[in-house]
Amino acid sequence: MIYWEDVTPGTSFITAARTISKAEIIEFASEYDAQPFHLDEEAAKNSILGGLCASGWHSCAIAMRLVYDRFHINAATQGSPGITECRWKKPLYAGETVKVKVTCIDARPSESRPTMGLTNWTWEMTNDDGKTIMTTESWLMMGRRPEGAKPVGEI
Amino acid sequence: MAWFEDIKLGETLELGSHIFTAEDIIRFAEKYDPQPFHTDPEAAKESHFGGLVAAGWHIAAVWMKLMLETRKNQPEEKTPPAPDGRAAPRGGPSPGFFDLKWIKPVRAGDTISYRATTMEKVNLKSRPYQGILKSFNEGFNQDGTLVFSFIGQGLVERREPFQAQTSDL
Repeated sequence: MIYWEDVTPGTSFITAARTISKAEIIEFASEYDAQPFHLDEEAAKNSILGGLCASGWHSCAIAMRLVYDRFHINAATQGSPGITECRWKKPLYAGETVKVKVTCIDARPSESRPTMGLTNWTWEMTNDDGKTIMTTESWLMMGRRPEGAKPVGEI
Repeated sequence: MAWFEDIKLGETLELGSHIFTAEDIIRFAEKYDPQPFHTDPEAAKESHFGGLVAAGWHIAAVWMKLMLETRKNQPEEKTPPAPDGRAAPRGGPSPGFFDLKWIKPVRAGDTISYRATTMEKVNLKSRPYQGILKSFNEGFNQDGTLVFSFIGQGLVERREPFQAQTSDL
């Protein structure tokens, strides 16, 4: 289990890569972001975005799942108080393969909860060409390492 | 929608509400954020949340859903076309957001009511036919407690192209 003590500024990892299908983009958009450039290939071609692409909120959710599979699944994560900023820099087009580089930029103990610590992270989602699709800066609460538990070493 | 030039600042739009059922919370989280406090009611009881809570991105995605539904259900606005014949704006993509806060947990069964308040208009030298509208967005639970907020941005078409003055950035 990865605890707060195992994360320090500079801790960094890259998630697995995942190809985002047209069907998945349309499924998410149909429920949450039903705009033509997320739903319809022809309409998307003629839009400002130039092709069928994922909702920005979908990109956030996809990044979350990639980071979960690489980090949260093995870590004492306890929720996030929020996102300082998120930049949707390029559309995430159907068929593109994306991954996320995650870097810790700050870590501090929680003043109100002695069993928790806060960690501040940047996420950068890139596509096949290494172009940046999205960046975020966010906070994550983590549990403190209980007495007797071993440090994890490499994350 | 109104043209960028005609949008008034400080106006609040009620976006309606959404009930976060346990099924809804679990369905979203199993796909995008399967931490146990989002997917497993029993494990969630043992977490510091003390029960099942909605994934943060789920709470944000529902804001988008309600924003679009609200725009769609607004009475046909009589926004006249631009002098060059372009039809009234329909809302465009967003360059991102700031200061998104998950202030309180959204629990299974909670009803969250959202609203959006226009905040700031930003002229763009790089895009003379569009401006950025910033808005302050909030979600309240059934007790009136603020649980979610963020500053959103959207590109909105201008009636007439922006002509930068030397004093503009």
